[in-house]
Amino acid sequence: MVSIGFFIYFAFAIVVLSLLVVTRKNPVHSVLWMLLLFFHIAGLYLFLNAEFMAAIQVIVYAGGILVLFLFVVLLMNLREELSIGKYTTFGPTGFTFALGLFVAVSMSLSSFIAAPPGKYSIDLIKQETHIKALGKLLYTEFIYPFEVASLILLVAMIGAIVLAKRRLKS
Amino acid sequence: MNFPLPDLNPVMPEILMTAFALIVLLLDLLIKKKEAVAVISIAGTAIISLSLLKTTGSTFGGMYIADGYSTFFKIIFFINVILTILISIKYIAVERVNYGEYYSLILFSTIGMMIMASASDLITLYLGLELMALSTYVLAGFIRHNLKSTESALKYFLLGAFSSGFLLYGISIVYGLTGTTDLRLIATFITERGLSGNLSLLLAIGMLTVAFGFKIAAAPFHMWAPDVYEGAPTSITAFMSVGPKAAGFAVIGRVFMIAFAAVKADWATILIPISILTMAVGNIVALSQTNIKRMLAYSSIAHAGYALLGIITANSEGISSMMNYLFIYAFMNIGAFAVIIMLRSEGIKGEDLSDYEGLSKTHPLAAALMLIFMFSLTGIPPTAGFIGKLYVFMAAINAGYTWLVIVAVIFSAISAYFYLRVVMYMYMRDPKTELPLTTSFTNGLALAVTTAAVLIIGVFPTMLVEFARAALKGF
Amino acid sequence: MPGTYLPTEYLPVLIFILVAEAFGFGALLIGVVFRPKKPYPEKLMPYESGINPKGEPRTRFAIRFYIIAMLFVVFDVEAIFIYPWAIVFDKIGIFAFIEMVIFILILLIGYIYAWKKEAFVWD
Repeated sequence: MVSIGFFIYFAFAIVVLSLLVVTRKNPVHSVLWMLLLFFHIAGLYLFLNAEFMAAIQVIVYAGGILVLFLFVVLLMNLREELSIGKYTTFGPTGFTFALGLFVAVSMSLSSFIAAPPGKYSIDLIKQETHIKALGKLLYTEFIYPFEVASLILLVAMIGAIVLAKRRLKS
Repeated sequence: MNFPLPDLNPVMPEILMTAFALIVLLLDLLIKKKEAVAVISIAGTAIISLSLLKTTGSTFGGMYIADGYSTFFKIIFFINVILTILISIKYIAVERVNYGEYYSLILFSTIGMMIMASASDLITLYLGLELMALSTYVLAGFIRHNLKSTESALKYFLLGAFSSGFLLYGISIVYGLTGTTDLRLIATFITERGLSGNLSLLLAIGMLTVAFGFKIAAAPFHMWAPDVYEGAPTSITAFMSVGPKAAGFAVIGRVFMIAFAAVKADWATILIPISILTMAVGNIVALSQTNIKRMLAYSSIAHAGYALLGIITANSEGISSMMNYLFIYAFMNIGAFAVIIMLRSEGIKGEDLSDYEGLSKTHPLAAALMLIFMFSLTGIPPTAGFIGKLYVFMAAINAGYTWLVIVAVIFSAISAYFYLRVVMYMYMRDPKTELPLTTSFTNGLALAVTTAAVLIIGVFPTMLVEFARAALKGF
Repeated sequence: MPGTYLPTEYLPVLIFILVAEAFGFGALLIGVVFRPKKPYPEKLMPYESGINPKGEPRTRFAIRFYIIAMLFVVFDVEAIFIYPWAIVFDKIGIFAFIEMVIFILILLIGYIYAWKKEAFVWD
């Protein structure tokens, strides 16, 4: 009962916060609302007994990716006063598309039938902690996605250096 | 707990390619002459392609599958890499971005494409797509000092990230409905539980169509293609127009034919208007283009529309004709871009249609090669483009979509205007100035290979067609 | 389905967050309520040690900060992948050990690349 209440709070807060993120005129405010959004998502993970995911969410998203967002905002020198109306207001087109997508998704999801739960129930994970269960799966069954992820990280590093370094050594 | 070692034999091409890409990255730090890095990349890719012959099977618990279908697409990717590197060597020196990371990024992008072609699980599909896409974003913006190049990378990245969002939403709905991300298990779940008419499944298919449609530049998700193709370095435009498109089609074929086999009527119905719209947009908007790279971008959009006809038929004849079409498309497209690269020299962009006026009088060989490629893109016999369109249209007629083929033929006839307009400019106008051509041995080699392929496949198509059919055994 | 699990071990964290927010908001709220509100233009200008501010407050941002942040995120995610491995690696066999070595090797090659390209040089 209490956990349903928490879920309703988190869900409502996430929707409101994401709306706030996309409607602020000052880009730094936008990014700060996103920080609050990440904490609420971490809270949702916590209620699914995925405590390691909650920790990663805060460390990587709030601690790394948000910092990147802020650097880009500072890099581009965006000022609150400068706003070209055509590009920074919602506009009827964008609103209609979003509303249409919302209607389509809610109509379809009303006929959603959840699949039967798999073998990793909450009790099983509570027995051996979440981080151990994750580790046991990630490095044995899911080794292929894991190695591909390392390649993606490598390409991200190369890309950042090739595109952003002022004087690229040949 | 001792987990059994997965069988690494089928996955050998990817492992070798990864090791090679890492070696090329390190070699770039040691070798001063970047042409040597390029030659080593070509040699290594050619040697690794030989490993494709013996490796088939499913491994990593069903996440990776190497069968005839994926081998065919990997051959297309390897040809794409070798031809792209051949046409790039002189070009990136002219553009003053002669960095060695170019070659290793191309190799990483190809690894992403190979992962996509062999993906039998939605998660590996997504990871392969991201690897390929991320490398291509960086390559599109490789000419760092040019505003158009940076703009094209930004547009590609923003829209690509947005479409990845749609892909993940679709994957999450499918996972919620079926409890698994393995393509074959999804199919058995759908038939067992009778989820065929489920609206959420339809929504998920719609989302996946949006994401894959973006990758192959199908309308109405094509808006990024003209700007990105125009701004990116021309050799990367050639790479992008073949590689990610073929990888996107490989993935569409696998996901829609295997995972959603039970709901063929639904996704075929979704793809028909997309295909018509794609052919319409590609052919009609290309009529008014004056920049030849933009024109080829719209032509590339139109070709995606023709290839979608093969997927709509939803049988193995259609899929093999689609594979056929992409193989031929790779050669003729890279050939056309190789000629465009020749016109780019120091200070002269060579991208405007007016630069081609009178090319037959100043450089007759280049004009003749361009003529062959333009004829092939239109679909005039005896070039390979005609063979590709013929087999796709035949498969569509055999599946009962005659009216769709009539529409496609009409649009194909419309496309003759803008392809043959280039030929007309080259042969029937007088040259304003004599443009110097940037020729190089490697570019010439690429042109020789592509021209030979276009002409030979146009006259002797049976070998390729039989190979495509045989590749689909056990699909 | 939501609503069947309550992470009761994290109750102290919740109380901590609530008290911290109470402190922060409380301090600001008391200030807003009790301070006199008589603004005039000179009071609202940004403070610059008594001199009138000239020009825009923002300077051209150096891109080297962005490269550092990007490299940080990449290596942070690598460390995140190593945490669960460190906890279970004695239980999943030698093969998992070799995989992790391959993972670290790939990122080590990236590190050597970044080093040689002078990405860590603060210029």
